[in-house]
Amino acid sequence: MSDAILKIKNLKIEFKSGKETVQPIRGVNFELKKGETLGVVGESGSGKSVTSLAIMGLLPERTSKIVDGEINFKGNDITNLKEKQYRKIRGNEISMIFQEPMTSLNPVFTIGQQLSEPLRQHRNMSKKEIEKAVINVLNQVGIPRAEQIINEYPHQLSGGMRQRVMISLALLCEPDLMIADEPTTALDVTIQAQILELMKNIKQENDMSLLLITHDLGVVAEMCDRVVVMYAGEIVEVAEINELFNEPLHPYTRGLIDSMPTQNTRKERLYSIRGQVPRPNEITKGCVFANRCPLAFSKCFEETPPVFARDDHLSKCWLQNTKEGEVV
Amino acid sequence: MAEEALLQVNRLKKYYGISQGLFKKDIIVRAVDDISFTVHRGETFALVGESGCGKSTTGKTILRLTEPTEGEVIFNGTDVATLQYNDMRSLRQQMQMVFQDPYASLNPKKTIKQLLMEPLRVHKKFKEKERLQKVTEMLDIVGLSKEYLDRYPHEFSGGQRQRIGIARAVILQPDFIVADEPVSALDVSVQSQVINLMLDLQKEFGLTYLFISHDLSVIEHMTDRVAVMYLGKIVEVADTETLFKDPKHPYTQALISAVPISHPAENKERIILKGDVPSPANPPSGCAFHTRCPFAMDICRQKEPETLLFEDGHTATCHLYTTKSREELNYVTSDSK
Repeated sequence: MSDAILKIKNLKIEFKSGKETVQPIRGVNFELKKGETLGVVGESGSGKSVTSLAIMGLLPERTSKIVDGEINFKGNDITNLKEKQYRKIRGNEISMIFQEPMTSLNPVFTIGQQLSEPLRQHRNMSKKEIEKAVINVLNQVGIPRAEQIINEYPHQLSGGMRQRVMISLALLCEPDLMIADEPTTALDVTIQAQILELMKNIKQENDMSLLLITHDLGVVAEMCDRVVVMYAGEIVEVAEINELFNEPLHPYTRGLIDSMPTQNTRKERLYSIRGQVPRPNEITKGCVFANRCPLAFSKCFEETPPVFARDDHLSKCWLQNTKEGEVV
Repeated sequence: MAEEALLQVNRLKKYYGISQGLFKKDIIVRAVDDISFTVHRGETFALVGESGCGKSTTGKTILRLTEPTEGEVIFNGTDVATLQYNDMRSLRQQMQMVFQDPYASLNPKKTIKQLLMEPLRVHKKFKEKERLQKVTEMLDIVGLSKEYLDRYPHEFSGGQRQRIGIARAVILQPDFIVADEPVSALDVSVQSQVINLMLDLQKEFGLTYLFISHDLSVIEHMTDRVAVMYLGKIVEVADTETLFKDPKHPYTQALISAVPISHPAENKERIILKGDVPSPANPPSGCAFHTRCPFAMDICRQKEPETLLFEDGHTATCHLYTTKSREELNYVTSDSK
């Protein structure tokens, strides 16, 4: 169980916009173990979605570039694979669920046509076998009347049903790794509860690893084994789930947890982190969080902190600069 | 708190017709179907429900941004629903709205100064010379610097835009603000800033809020009373604390149980509802919730339940409390916690 299925080492990604280049991902390191659910938490602009697109090889070719680092999937470096080789992995060994079930299904194809595409692409199966597999997977995600649904179009389904279709699409080729980018953000709470339950079960049944990207700490608490906290294109903290909630080491993580309404006394002012996430072109030297940090001292504005480790609990903050060793 | 009613909504209905072609009858969508509630002065009253339950339509109908089909909206003694256009327009000095999407609700071609001056100009408040000063004061109150006056909305982040949206609503010093999902589009750290701003403004200006949201943790934090809506109807009304401690309606119970936990060690009993919200164009017979209700009985399919009053103004609309004996009833509520 302990071997890593996905390793990301010192990943740096650059985007070109006009004449400027910005670097929204500046040195991201993490590992996803086999069978694990790893949460990636961060606010918009923290670079969590860009990281997941890089893993899928879906970064826009013309305007973006992986300038440094390595993405290692099952022992192979997939950072600079050709599009043709990537196609063999994408949807087959790694699959992805997107945030907006409304926009990520093609409105002019029936559910059945869309669901048979990955099988036609990756598997050598007859039409009948494909239809059987599709109905099978739709049943697995709890869609009633699967035989009729395959002839319907996405607009005929509700949001929750569409997200189930998206999950079944990601499941079809029995991938080893599933990336879910804000899978429940667009859904209502009761539907969110259904979908999270479904994802938990499916992950267990199919022995998959799950990379769950979200901004909702509640969803993380519910689903994940370990958590990576991202801020402004960097990883600021990595910890086991209970440890993260009991003893967050980075002031940003602590701020996020403290600003949840349930952590505050009713009707009182909420704890809040002042200021806002810097844009990639606003980042200066020193710690990226220093200008919002309530505990910042002079060193934070001067030098970028390295990653300090306390057993498996990593954090990128000068406050952790004790005798315990550091890793970079 | 004085229990003075600021806003009374009586049997409000808003129906939309969907045209089916020239010779066919329109399909009637009952977006808001016969709802009544009272908002007291100085309190924060929440409307909660899933998408499509009619909570936003209710908010808009109260301000007459859409015309009600039937019913009364009594604000400070006057029936808003029957007012003439001009009277309504001047009444909006006292009732304002904050919209959900800070990206869509500010005119991109106007500077912040123009955006904030407009309500003052329309309602002819203050002398022209004083207006600019009022605008700068207001910006200061919502935590923006006056250097932003000549900038355009696209230069701001989501949280800042929502502050501008709030400033625009508060600048007329209204008594009543309808806030339609004011923090749903914002990031966690910014969300808490905006909630704090709303709480501060309420204290400073004695505002009354109608707070529309689907986020139960925000509602639990900042509101005084809650009405739970499902398919155009109010199914339960209670004080916020009572509602979260002792929800009566099975839908409210499920809704509260569906909120994600706040700590991984927390162990929460879940009521997972089956299926989706039915279409309001074709609502189920009897109690609209019976298709998803874990306790549905025969009577629920046939007859619409009546609203029952529990202690302290807590009401619920459910057959469970009309047909079952006291013991069974206790069993149902304790089972779901």
